Amino acid sequence: MNIIITIAATALIVLYAGLFKAKKALLPLTLIGLLVALGFVACSWNNPTTYYGMMRMDNFALAFSAIAIIGTFFIFLLTQNYFAEGSDNIAEYFTLILFALSGMIIMVSYQNMSMLFIGLEIMSVSLYILAGIRKLNFASNEASLKYFLMGAFSTGFLLFGITLIYGATGSFDITVIQNYLVNNVKSVSPLFYPGVILMMIGLCFKVGAAPFHFWVPDVYEGSPSLITTFMSTVVKTAGFAAFLRLFAGAFEPLHDFWMPALMVITIITLCIGNITALYQKNFKRMLTYSSVSHAGYMLFSLIVLTANSASNVLVYAAAYTFATIIAFAILILVKQKTGNDNFDSFNGLGKRNPFTAFALTIAMLSLAGIPLTAGFIGKYVMFLNVMENYQTVLVVIAIVNALIGFYYYFKVIIAMWFKEGSDVVLDTPLQYKIVLVLSVIVTLFLGVYPSLILNLI
Amino acid sequence: MELLILIFLPLVGAIITSLLKGGSAKISALGFALVSLCVTIGLLTKFTPDATTQFAVNYPWIQQLGINFHVGIDGISMITVILTNVLMPLIILSSFKHEYKNANAFYALILFMQSGLLLVFTALDGFLFYIGWEAALIPIYFICAMWGGKDRIKVNMKFFVYTIAGSLFMLLGIIYLYLQNPAKNFDINAFYALNLDSYQQGWIFWAFFIAFAIKMPVFPFHTWQPDMYTEAPTPGTMLLSGIMLKMGIYGVIRWLLPIVPQGVNDWVCVAMILSVIGIVYASLIAFTQKDAKRLVAYSSIAHVGLIAAGIFTLSTQGMQGVMVQMLSHGINVIGLFFVLDIISSRLKTNKIEELGGLAKVAPKLAITFLIIVLGTVALPGTNGFIGEFLLLFSVYSYNAWLGLIAGLTIIFGAVYMLRMYQKVMLGETNALTISFTDIKGTEKVVLYTICVLIIVIGVYPKPILHLSEASVQHLLEQVNQKLTGVN
Repeated sequence: MNIIITIAATALIVLYAGLFKAKKALLPLTLIGLLVALGFVACSWNNPTTYYGMMRMDNFALAFSAIAIIGTFFIFLLTQNYFAEGSDNIAEYFTLILFALSGMIIMVSYQNMSMLFIGLEIMSVSLYILAGIRKLNFASNEASLKYFLMGAFSTGFLLFGITLIYGATGSFDITVIQNYLVNNVKSVSPLFYPGVILMMIGLCFKVGAAPFHFWVPDVYEGSPSLITTFMSTVVKTAGFAAFLRLFAGAFEPLHDFWMPALMVITIITLCIGNITALYQKNFKRMLTYSSVSHAGYMLFSLIVLTANSASNVLVYAAAYTFATIIAFAILILVKQKTGNDNFDSFNGLGKRNPFTAFALTIAMLSLAGIPLTAGFIGKYVMFLNVMENYQTVLVVIAIVNALIGFYYYFKVIIAMWFKEGSDVVLDTPLQYKIVLVLSVIVTLFLGVYPSLILNLI
Repeated sequence: MELLILIFLPLVGAIITSLLKGGSAKISALGFALVSLCVTIGLLTKFTPDATTQFAVNYPWIQQLGINFHVGIDGISMITVILTNVLMPLIILSSFKHEYKNANAFYALILFMQSGLLLVFTALDGFLFYIGWEAALIPIYFICAMWGGKDRIKVNMKFFVYTIAGSLFMLLGIIYLYLQNPAKNFDINAFYALNLDSYQQGWIFWAFFIAFAIKMPVFPFHTWQPDMYTEAPTPGTMLLSGIMLKMGIYGVIRWLLPIVPQGVNDWVCVAMILSVIGIVYASLIAFTQKDAKRLVAYSSIAHVGLIAAGIFTLSTQGMQGVMVQMLSHGINVIGLFFVLDIISSRLKTNKIEELGGLAKVAPKLAITFLIIVLGTVALPGTNGFIGEFLLLFSVYSYNAWLGLIAGLTIIFGAVYMLRMYQKVMLGETNALTISFTDIKGTEKVVLYTICVLIIVIGVYPKPILHLSEASVQHLLEQVNQKLTGVN
C-alpha cells in the first residue's frame, strides 16, 4: 500500500512544484519518489499483505511493480529537454506519468475485480491525456482520440465481463471466484463463460493483441516518442500482469475452455505483428508492430499454465522492456538530429557514434532473441513452456516468426554498420548515456546469468 | 580448469583487442591466438588417448533450467580443438597484409568466434552447445557483412537466416530431449541414455541433421555457400571453410549418432545419397567455374560431401578418415584461399582466364601452391591421401556403387584442381601477371607452415589417428549397443 501512496504523493508534490515554477526540482523529486517506492518494494519482499480484501501485495505484484517502477525511472531519465520544447507546464507530464504508474501498481496487485477496473482507468485516463499532450500536433490529437475511443470501448467489454462473472459467483474477489470454479466444476453458471470471454477481449485490447490491435500503430506513432516508450514497455507489462493474475489465477480451472480462443489470438498476434513489421520503412512503426508480436510471445505463458508461467512473463517483460527503452532512446536522439525516423536515417551510425550503435545492436539482438542476450532467455522459457505440453505446431509457428523477426531487426543493424550515411554526430546527453549503459548491462547480464530473476515469483 | 582457460582466453583477448587502436590490434590478436595454441599443446601433452572425457569441468550455470557449464575433451574433441587453435594463428597472420578499417573490431570478432568454436567442440551440455553454436555465428556474420565484397549484405542475410533457421530447429530438438530426460537437465550422457522410439528418433534426427547439413553444407542445403565464400573477406572465408563447417561434422558425430542411432539407421540411406549427390554435383559445377575462389568453394562442398558420407558408414575406418580429413581439409582449404587472396590482392582478379605464368615470376608461390593443390587432390604422401583413402574405403564397403561414384569424383577433383593450377601458374606470363611479385614476410611464414603440416601429416599420420581412435571406437560401440538393444 505504501508503494501506491508514495507514488501518488510524489505525483501531487511534483504538481505543486510545477505550480511554483520550480522546474529544476521536478526531475530530482520524481526520481527520489520512485527510489523510495522501489525501497518499499524491496522491504515488502516475501512478506505478502492483503489490504482490506482489495489488493494483495504478494511477490508477483511486487516483482511486476519493481519492473514498472524501474522502467518508469529510466523513462524519466530520458525526459531531459524532451518536453521542454513543446510546453511550459512540464509538471503535468511528470504528474500524469506518475498517476499512470500508480494505476499500474493497482493493476498488478488487485485482489478484487473492482480494483482491476479502477487501476485500469487511472492508468488509461492518464495515458489518454499523455497521448494528446502535444495540443497543436495533429497526429498527437488523432492518437489521443483513437486511444480514448478504443480504450473506452475495451473497458466496456471488461466491465460487462466483470458484471456477468459477478452475476454467476456473487463476488468480485478473485479467490472466491476461483473457489467457486473449483467447487462447481460440473455446474458452472452459464453466465460465467461469456464473462470470461468478454474479459479476455477487454484485456487483449489493453495489451494490444491481434485482432484487437488496430489502435496500436496509430496511437504509438502519433504519441510523443517518450510516451510511446512508456506505453509499449511499462504499460504493456502491467497489462500482462493483470491478465495473468486473472487467467492464471482465478480462471485457471476453466483453462480448457478459454485456452483454444487464446491460442487463436496468440497465433494471429504473432503472425500479424511480424509480417506487418517486415514491410515497415519507418523505425518507430516497425517497433510498434514488433511490440504486437512480442505480445504474442508473452501470451504463450497463458496457453500452457505451469508453475513458472508468471516468472516467464516477468523474464520476457524485463528483457523486452530494457531493449525497447534502448531502441526508443536512440530513436529520439536520431529524430532530434535528422528530423525523421526512417531506417535510412540510421545509415552510418556505427561510424559516427560507435557506442550508440553498439547499444542499439545489443537491443536489436535481444529483441530478435539471439543467445547471450536477455531476449533469448525470454523466448527460450516461452518455447520451453509450450513445449512441455507438446504444442509443437505452435512452437514451429513461433520459430518461423522468430526468423521473420531477424529480417526486420537486422535492417537497423545493417543500416547502422554496413551502409554509408551522412556525417551527423548525435549529441548524447549524459542521462541518455546512463540509461543506455545500464540497459545494455542489464540486457547482457540477464542473457548470461538469468538465474537472478528466473523463478523469482 | 585448463579447459576454462582454453575457452575463455580468446574471449579475454577479444575484449582487450577491441580496446586497442591501430596496428597493435593485430599483434594482440596474434599473441592471444598463439598463447591459445600453447595452451592446446599443454593440454595435448597431458592428454591420454583413451576413450574417456578428460579435463572435464562441470559447474551449475542456470540451475532453475537444468543448465550446467559442462565441458570436457575426448579424442574427437581434441582433433577439432587442435584444428581450431592451429588454424587461428595462421588465419590471423594471413590477414596482416590487409589494412582493415576498424581493425580492432575485426580481430576482436575473430577471437570472439574462436571462443564460440571452442565451446562448441568441448560442450557436454546441450544448451551450452547451442549457445556456442550461435556465439560462433554472430561474429562471422559481422566479419563478413562489414568487411566483405559488394553483395555482402544480401548474401550474408541469406547465410544468416539459413543457419539460424537450422539451429532453431536444433534447439527445438534439444528442448525435446530435455523434456524426455527424467533428470531434467541437458547432460549429454543423460541424452545418450534416453530410450526413444524410432518415431521420436526420426524427428529428432531431422531437427539436428538439417542444422548440421546447412552448416557443412550438404546438398541441397548448400546454396548459401559459394556466394558467401566469394563475398566474405579472406579471413572470413577461411574461418567459414576451415573451421566453421567442422562444427556441422562434429555435431553429427557427437550429438546425432549416439543420441538417435535408430533415427540415423532409418534415414542413413537418405543422408548417404544426399552426401554422394553433393560430391558429384559440386564436382561438376566446379569444372565450369571461371573464378578460382568459386572453384575452391565448390570443391569444398565435394570434400565435405565425402566426409559426411564417411560418417554415415558408421565404421571405424570411415570415422577415422573423417577425423584426419577434418584436419587436412581445414589446413588445405585455408592454404588455397590464402594463395588466391595473395593473387587477388596483387592483381585484383581471381578469374582463371586472366591469369597465367605466375610460376615464372613467383617460384616460391608456385611450389607452395603446388603442394597445397596436391594435398587437396589427395596425392599419396600428402595429408589429403590418408583421409580420402579411409573415407573411400569405408564408403566402398558400405555400398560398392556409392563408393565407385564417390571415387570417380576424386579423379574429377584432381582434374579441375590441376587444370586450375596449370592455367593460373603455368604457361606464359601476360601483361597483367608480369608484374607479379613473389611471396614474402608473413605470407611466407603462413604458406611454409601449411606446407610443412601437409607433408608431415601425410607422411606420419599415426599420432592423429592414435589420438582419436579409442574415442571413435567407444562412440561406435555405444551406437551399436543401442541399436541392438543391449544396454
